[in-house]
Amino acid sequence: MIEFKQIHKSYRVAGHDVPALNGIDFQIGAGEIFGIIGHSGAGKSTLVRLINLLERPSAGQVIINGTDITALDAAGLRAQRQRIGMIFQHFNLLSSKTVAQNVAFPLALAGEHGKAQIKARVAALLARVGLTEHADKYPAQLSGGQKQRVGIARALATEPQILLCDEATSALDPQTTQAVLQLLADLNRELKLTIVLITHEMDVVRRIADRVAVLDAGQVAEIGPVAEVFLHPQHPTTRRFVLEAESVDEGEQVDDYAHVPGRIVRLTFTGDATYQPLLGAVARDAGVDFSILAGRIDRIKDTPYGQLTVAFTGGDVNAALQQLAARGLSIEEVRA
Amino acid sequence: MNALFANIDWSDIGQAGLDTLLMLGGSLLFTLLLGLPLGVLLFLTSKRQLLAQPVVYGLLSFVVNILRSVPFVILLIVMIPFTVFIAGTSLGVAGAIPPLVVGATPFFARLVETALREVDRGIIEATQAMGATTTQIVLRALLPEALPGILAGGTVTAITLVSYAAMSGVIGGGGLGDLAIRFGYQRFQTDVMVVTVLLLLILVQILQTIGDKLVIHFSRR
Ligand SMILES: Nc1ncnc2c1ncn2[C@@H]1O[C@H](COP(=O)(O)OP(=O)(O)OP(=O)(O)O)[C@@H](O)[C@H]1O
Ligand SMILES: [Mg+2]
Repeated sequence: MIEFKQIHKSYRVAGHDVPALNGIDFQIGAGEIFGIIGHSGAGKSTLVRLINLLERPSAGQVIINGTDITALDAAGLRAQRQRIGMIFQHFNLLSSKTVAQNVAFPLALAGEHGKAQIKARVAALLARVGLTEHADKYPAQLSGGQKQRVGIARALATEPQILLCDEATSALDPQTTQAVLQLLADLNRELKLTIVLITHEMDVVRRIADRVAVLDAGQVAEIGPVAEVFLHPQHPTTRRFVLEAESVDEGEQVDDYAHVPGRIVRLTFTGDATYQPLLGAVARDAGVDFSILAGRIDRIKDTPYGQLTVAFTGGDVNAALQQLAARGLSIEEVRA
Repeated sequence: MNALFANIDWSDIGQAGLDTLLMLGGSLLFTLLLGLPLGVLLFLTSKRQLLAQPVVYGLLSFVVNILRSVPFVILLIVMIPFTVFIAGTSLGVAGAIPPLVVGATPFFARLVETALREVDRGIIEATQAMGATTTQIVLRALLPEALPGILAGGTVTAITLVSYAAMSGVIGGGGLGDLAIRFGYQRFQTDVMVVTVLLLLILVQILQTIGDKLVIHFSRR
């Protein structure tokens, strides 16, 4: 539904063309929550802003539902933009308008709706995001989480099919972030809304995204289902994100294992395997001992997963690993 | 009382006060009407804004700077032929208004431009993302958001106009400034000088108070 075709984008800074995006080429499916993660300056904002053409590509096309939006005229682009909602890190609400007026704003701009119709729609949206009693307040009187809810209600006013989120939770505390992400996930399900979410926080992607693209220096370093990308990171940037999120330092970890005897592997369980007593059973069968050095059991969106770093000693370690692999675990050698 | 204000003809003062108010009202009206669009145009054509037009901006900016750097007294004199052409006279209330407007409009336009610059870029961006036209962005997002700043600018402009209007007394502009110059200064009637200056002070106080109240009323931050 959203397709980037050979996108290049450079900014002209002091007479030089500075590249921000370099050969972006992928698709985002309808109804998907698609995460784009990358470090500061990787080009995330630039990429997401191509979707509503707040930023024009220097080369390449952006195709939405079969239409090349870079070829639209001014009126066509405005109509297209009404079908794409956007929320922002700093909310960007109009401080001179009340909550209700902010939510009504896109409808008023479109000019296709009667007063009563707008009023009903605003009431429904405010009820959906839980802000009915704040309708007549001004943004300055709201908390960050409430402001972002207003932003979401406003973005949904014109019943868009796509919602763009530029660091939408970066200015919020962890609890509020959780609540806003939950709201986004619910809206995705209820409205079949396609959500494109950019962030520099792995946790955000892990909680709600279906697929993720890791952006590095203006290029897609890695792309795929969230579980696959984060459980088996290939690119150094992805690996760094994963480690950052687990607040461990790779070098430090390997040093720590220096005096641990045996063969060290990282086992990854996903789905049902996560909760089954596989490790114990296999160890008994193969006559090996194991000690768990590190690990976490968590969920990626709705999929439970476990990742354990284990040292095996004694018995037939190879047989044990083969059995584990046969049960669908993925195995990475940390130290032979 | 009468001994203290021996030279004062209160009906003269009343007339002069009224003239001052008329000059202020007339010139403020035209200054706001011309300065607001000029300020918006300055803002829109400036670098990285919606209608970025370096040449247009450079030209407008140059003209504004020239008008702002000419001392008002000089502007008054230089403009006499133009004033006669527009207002039919260069004297009295009608004759004072054109130079006042020309003197104050560039000043107010700059204040409008500055107030618009204070509006968060994100607001423009969000409105653009909703599919707004440039006109809609200006009228429905930028101006309402900048309103407190524009009102503050309007207040400063009104007060500047009070002092400009007093100066126009030099070329027979009428009003309190005229009275102060003709009687207070040229005929050494200190009491006239004191009363007119006091009245001007009161006028400035009132304008500032009204302006502040308006700014507070429209500030939602
Ligand atoms: N308007 C602009 N003019 C010039 N350079 C820009 C502009 N916008 C972005 N850039 C440059 O393009 C690159 C990508 O910027 P972008 O804002 O897309 O990064 P980002 O991944 O969103 O970073 P952050 O996490 O800090 O928001 C950066 O090197 C940035 O300096
Ligand atoms: Mg960014």
